[in-house]
Amino acid sequence: MRRPRIATPTVSSDPRAPVSITVNGERVEREVSVRMLLSDFLRHELGLTGTHVGCEHGVCGACTVLIDGVAGRSCLTFAVQASGHEVRTIESLASEDGALHPVQEAFQECHALQCGYCTPGMIMNIVGMFEEGRPLDLSDEGIRLALSGNLCRCTGYQNIVAAVRKAAETMPAG
Amino acid sequence: MSTRAFGSRIKRTVDPALLRGEGAFVDDIPLANPLHAAFVRSPYARARITAIDVAAARAHPGVVAVYTADDIGVIDREMPLLIPHPSMTDARTQRPLARDDVYYVGQTVVMVVAVDRYTAEDAAALVEVDYDPREVAVDIEDAVKPGAPLVHDSHAGNVAAYYEQVSGDPDAAVRAAEHVTRIKVKVERSTAAPMECRAVAAQFDAVSGELTVWDGTQAPISVRGGLASIFGLDEDKVRVIAPNVGGGFGQKVLLFYPDELLVPMAAMELGRPVKYIEDRRENFIGSTQERTQVHAIELYARKNGEVIALRDSFLHDTGAFIPYGIAVAQVASTSIAGPYRIPNIWVEFTAVYTPTVPVTPYRGCGRPQACFAIERAMDQLAEELGLDRFEVRRRNLIGDDQFPWTREGLLFADGLRVSLDSGQYQTALEMITSELRPADFAAEQARARTEGKYLGLGLAFYVEGTGLGPYEGGHIKVHPITGKVYVNTGLTGQGQGHETVFGQIVADQLGVAVEDVILVEGDTRAFDWGVATFASRAAVVSGNAIYKTALIVRRQIIRAAANMLEASEDDIELRDGAAWIRGTDRNAPLAAIATASNPLRYAFNDAAKAATQFMPASKHDGPPLDEGQHPGLEATDYYSPACATWAYGVHGAIVEVDPDLCDVKIRRYVCIHDCGNMINPTIVEGQVMGGIAQGLGGAMYERIEYDPEGNPLNANFVDFLVPYATEVPSVEVRHLETPSPLNPLGVKGVGEAGCIAVGAVIASGIEDALAPLGAGKFHNTPITPSMIHAALGGD
Repeated sequence: MRRPRIATPTVSSDPRAPVSITVNGERVEREVSVRMLLSDFLRHELGLTGTHVGCEHGVCGACTVLIDGVAGRSCLTFAVQASGHEVRTIESLASEDGALHPVQEAFQECHALQCGYCTPGMIMNIVGMFEEGRPLDLSDEGIRLALSGNLCRCTGYQNIVAAVRKAAETMPAG
Repeated sequence: MSTRAFGSRIKRTVDPALLRGEGAFVDDIPLANPLHAAFVRSPYARARITAIDVAAARAHPGVVAVYTADDIGVIDREMPLLIPHPSMTDARTQRPLARDDVYYVGQTVVMVVAVDRYTAEDAAALVEVDYDPREVAVDIEDAVKPGAPLVHDSHAGNVAAYYEQVSGDPDAAVRAAEHVTRIKVKVERSTAAPMECRAVAAQFDAVSGELTVWDGTQAPISVRGGLASIFGLDEDKVRVIAPNVGGGFGQKVLLFYPDELLVPMAAMELGRPVKYIEDRRENFIGSTQERTQVHAIELYARKNGEVIALRDSFLHDTGAFIPYGIAVAQVASTSIAGPYRIPNIWVEFTAVYTPTVPVTPYRGCGRPQACFAIERAMDQLAEELGLDRFEVRRRNLIGDDQFPWTREGLLFADGLRVSLDSGQYQTALEMITSELRPADFAAEQARARTEGKYLGLGLAFYVEGTGLGPYEGGHIKVHPITGKVYVNTGLTGQGQGHETVFGQIVADQLGVAVEDVILVEGDTRAFDWGVATFASRAAVVSGNAIYKTALIVRRQIIRAAANMLEASEDDIELRDGAAWIRGTDRNAPLAAIATASNPLRYAFNDAAKAATQFMPASKHDGPPLDEGQHPGLEATDYYSPACATWAYGVHGAIVEVDPDLCDVKIRRYVCIHDCGNMINPTIVEGQVMGGIAQGLGGAMYERIEYDPEGNPLNANFVDFLVPYATEVPSVEVRHLETPSPLNPLGVKGVGEAGCIAVGAVIASGIEDALAPLGAGKFHNTPITPSMIHAALGGD
């Protein structure tokens, strides 16, 4: 084994830009590489590692967060694009004491997760739909269509469909 | 007595953390100032490297190191052949970084380490590699033709392995047969596509000399053994942790992937943490895949449909290397007779090198292919003899009173004999018959045809050898402060819910709540004896090891409690986290018993006072700990199965095929399955439903495509079609529970069960639906709309 090197670089030569994003109700200001993805910003600048990255091309939905209340792919969004906007992640859902949000509770109740990797994106997508306030089609087909932007490789989706329906029963209307 | 946890639908204890986003996957582990790795990968399926120029990459700002095969010292070698077998000669495995030659598109050639992944990828693009491309034969049937271009010059005909197995006297039975059915089937290559790609991070502590590696692996103990061995480190100086892992499905049981050696090497050399987080494209071109097999199967039968011999000859695609040995092909060849008696079997396979991503087990591991071959052949036999598909199976299934059914001469993937230990196959057939009501369905099918609708019934049985050895262990310790029960085992989870099912096993024996059982697995510092998670073995092998350990700790608790409470051991019962004198309210909490079982000098809390040297409880003759006694409530035990235990099931579906759109709708999907005693039916159903969804991907959507030059054509989630919720039907799961006679818990594995039969079911259903249109046979999966179109005579 060679002796470890002493001086190694710590920053890239990327141009940097200031960002100011309201994340889970808290305003954060940072200077970041202009090409840093929002997913990397949340995960590695802020330590909000609940948002997962599954494909980096916007297909699997694991990285879904709410941007100004609308579900969006944080792997297809630059941090600088989110500047001046409000972002909500999975970490915002449970209450301070850890009590689960109705959607999270329904997921546990219905065994709607196994490895848990797709789960935060799946849940943020569902929460976004509930919070939009439009009436949801809670038929099997309707729920499956609503989930069709999120891949899950473990569950076969059936229990996720059940969890959405259960959450709809317990969520405050609108 | 509190309700039994074993067998109950207990909610998973791991869920709240995962739901709050508090899971800790490899890329979530906070590391101080980590460096990031990216790879230069071969753009050719087969080529000679003539020059590599890394100067521009090394000079790129933010780059810390660039490695070629010349720069990696002791790891510049072919990586281990994990499962040696005499059927292979000079088995070829990959080098961490290519030296001289590349063998598939995606093979790692150069590693760049930089301050972030963005920079590492920029620099990787600056590396210049000159290649001299060679001819290739990508298709497996082309690869074995005389004169086909070779993947490895050392292996004529691209033959990686050849193996023949015989059970009974197939030659005599073939001569005695009154009918023979011959078909050729092909299952295409797919990939596990876990939602979390592979990931490795490493940190070297120069002060303690300890290397810590976080690896999204299914086999952390083996990874540690390999790292220690290859780098020449003491095993205790290497800690491998598999934290939360976002699905594995077999892909993550292989060791070593190049990054699993290169990242620890770089961390040691550079003195900073290094991580490699595979992206989705890399998962498609750099992480192993499975499934391609071409079977030529023959069933030799009497006129009544009883199959007296089976001959199967198949090609197995192993990709460019064969690091996992012949496991996939061996499982396929020993599962080929399915649930049927078929007493005479001849099966041979040739494992073939192709210039593609290497092949190692993916959920099912050869079972789906074997199932597809035998079940499609049974359908064909039924048709040729004018028998009903249910009836031909009834005449061949092993009888409920005929177990164990041993196939002498066949060796399973554990090197042990194939013996189907238990089951109620005939009962399962009756159940699926009463669910699908084939007679009623035939009437509905006829009616629908008059309305221009084409319905079909699909049917397939499967068997699954599960719970392979060699062994796993369990370690249990009752925590003296909290009374919580800490449990360890050597294998590790990727979302199966081990903490809950192992917790259920322990909770019953020690009288504690399931949530008070804390499982720590996948960390070599917590427990370092064991093998890995594969072959639907965790519940069987670790489950029974933990159960045996719990029985020991239970005896320890009862003995100590009887002593503390001055009662007879027979009068002690364990419940609600305490030991009670039966019928009284006198009790001692587990924490107090654990504390009192540990002779103390210092009273660090109230409970500890009782265990110190001048207190009455400690008064006895002789030393505080008797010879052979150890402090506390703690034990370790192991379970080593004598052979695999065989689960099974039968799936049936009603499909509707639109002959114009070539679209398939699954109207109903029923699964009857038997995995022995169920520890947690909810978790079992989750495994089964997830397996069926994955099986459906392989049956209808997923196919890794290569062009004739060996370029992958669909290495992304846009073009490789993993089913969404809109593609997967609701599934009806019905349980049968035949306890395995082979292990104390009576359990069998279920992890892979769901995926095995789906291809055969769907093919059988589509074939049935389109029969009146003269569509012919469906002997390949996935069955795409284009295939249906072609079968209906379209161009």
